[in-house]
Amino acid sequence: MSLRLFELMLWAAGYTVVISAISIVIGLGIGLLVCAAKLSPNRLLSLPATLFISFFRGVPLLVQLLLIYNLLPAVGISVPSVVAAVVGLSLCTAAYQAENLRGGFNSVPKGLLEAADMVGLTPWQQLKRIRAPIAFRLTLPALVNEAILILKASSLISVVGVIELTRMAQNLAASTYKPLLFYSVAGALYLVICWTVAGGGALAERMARVGRA
Amino acid sequence: MSDTAPLAPRASTAETPEADAAVLVRGVTKRFGDTEVLAGIDLKVPTGATTCLIGPSGSGKSTLLRCIAFLEEATTGTIEIHGDPLGFAEAPDGGRTRLSPQSIRAVRSRIGMVFQQFNLWPHMTALGNVCEALVTVRRMRRSEAEEHGMAQLSRVGLANRAKHYPSELSGGQQQRVAIARALALDPEVMLFDEPTASLDPELTGEVLNVMRDLAGSGMTLLVVTHEIGFAATVGQRIAFLDHGRLLLDGTPREVFGEPRHPRLAQFLETYLDRGAAALV
Ligand SMILES: Nc1ncnc2c1ncn2[C@@H]1O[C@H](COP(=O)(O)OP(=O)(O)OP(=O)(O)O)[C@@H](O)[C@H]1O
Ligand SMILES: [Mg+2]
Repeated sequence: MSLRLFELMLWAAGYTVVISAISIVIGLGIGLLVCAAKLSPNRLLSLPATLFISFFRGVPLLVQLLLIYNLLPAVGISVPSVVAAVVGLSLCTAAYQAENLRGGFNSVPKGLLEAADMVGLTPWQQLKRIRAPIAFRLTLPALVNEAILILKASSLISVVGVIELTRMAQNLAASTYKPLLFYSVAGALYLVICWTVAGGGALAERMARVGRA
Repeated sequence: MSDTAPLAPRASTAETPEADAAVLVRGVTKRFGDTEVLAGIDLKVPTGATTCLIGPSGSGKSTLLRCIAFLEEATTGTIEIHGDPLGFAEAPDGGRTRLSPQSIRAVRSRIGMVFQQFNLWPHMTALGNVCEALVTVRRMRRSEAEEHGMAQLSRVGLANRAKHYPSELSGGQQQRVAIARALALDPEVMLFDEPTASLDPELTGEVLNVMRDLAGSGMTLLVVTHEIGFAATVGQRIAFLDHGRLLLDGTPREVFGEPRHPRLAQFLETYLDRGAAALV
């Protein structure tokens, strides 16, 4: 493989990482809102959250991407395909992250909040100082897991015309007649990326365990 | 609004007038669904003394303590902390009115609570746990709070563990940090719910010693405990709870001395095996 072609593969890998990272972050933001809505005692908030979660967890990501890609123009919004891809990935991961976060919030031991009650922290102060920090620590492993899943699932966005790592490997395999080579390189690059994320996650978890994260 | 209340004067143990009870429990009942856990409790916790609440497992000791702290809402009855109602106030018609969250927080912050499970916040250091409310609730400057917090940790013998996280401390040390956290707010009453029950036997001593010191300093303590030896030697009042009723309430001599109430005798039987009988 020429250096130029390898550079193309690297560039595509970078694209995969950037799109996945943006989607994870946006998904975390939306996931927090959905989680808050779902935990709300108000049915007007919790019901839409439940519907959101069951839709985005129940419909295959591939179908979601195709839906969004075709739905946006149909309602008169024309966006570059990469935006449709990020929207699709973000909404999908948001549903999973909302559920992870809800699990985290629900796992904060009740006694820790009673201790906070006893020293006079208001509900808002308890959320800020006790519940959220502990819930995030409890959610961290699931978040790392989700990041890896999204990195791999991002290969699906090629269906809406985004040229990321998998699509690049496909294109180069076709034009050079060396599929084995390019798919091997793509696989290796995915592995390196996921290992890095997993390693970073493990480090963060270790720091969070003693509380320093 | 300030949560800081002036400390009430410490009265002597004997002949405490009604108004000077640190905690006044009046007609408290508590039901969980169909089960009546507290069947009408009247209890006066005298200021400046140590009151020990003993009784068989399931008799409602924790529930009573939690009702006093308003972590649990009594089904009927009222709680007063040095004369100020906590949670519910008695209405002129004899009913109860619920007090505002602000009032509940203000009165509650005059109580220090120590839990069986410590309940330290795991993402904060020992000092962080002790300083949290000083900064967040009392609005102290961080440096000032840490100075005050260090003094509390010294009081429980843990100044050299200030920067440790709960997971890096033994159970006994964690419970002492929890005591320091409660002490930091200068409570008028300290409530303990079986503070040594989840500790290895060799670690109970260090916690009991801290509590002995507090008792000796004239602080008002209400201690739920299975440590009958501690109750008999440190307690100035003993309250015996059985099936949600306060069967006995008096000095250790009155309660433990002969003739013993048959239910108490039966309860103490269970301790004979553990060699604690010699202490009572
Ligand atoms: N939240 C609850 N819901 C239903 N029942 C409860 C609840 N909390 C306590 N109970 C019941 O109330 C009774 C008294 O419980 P409590 O914990 O006050 O007893 P205790 O005297 O502290 O016992 P122990 O010595 O074992 O700690 C028990 O029968 C218990 O099952
Ligand atoms: Mg109990």
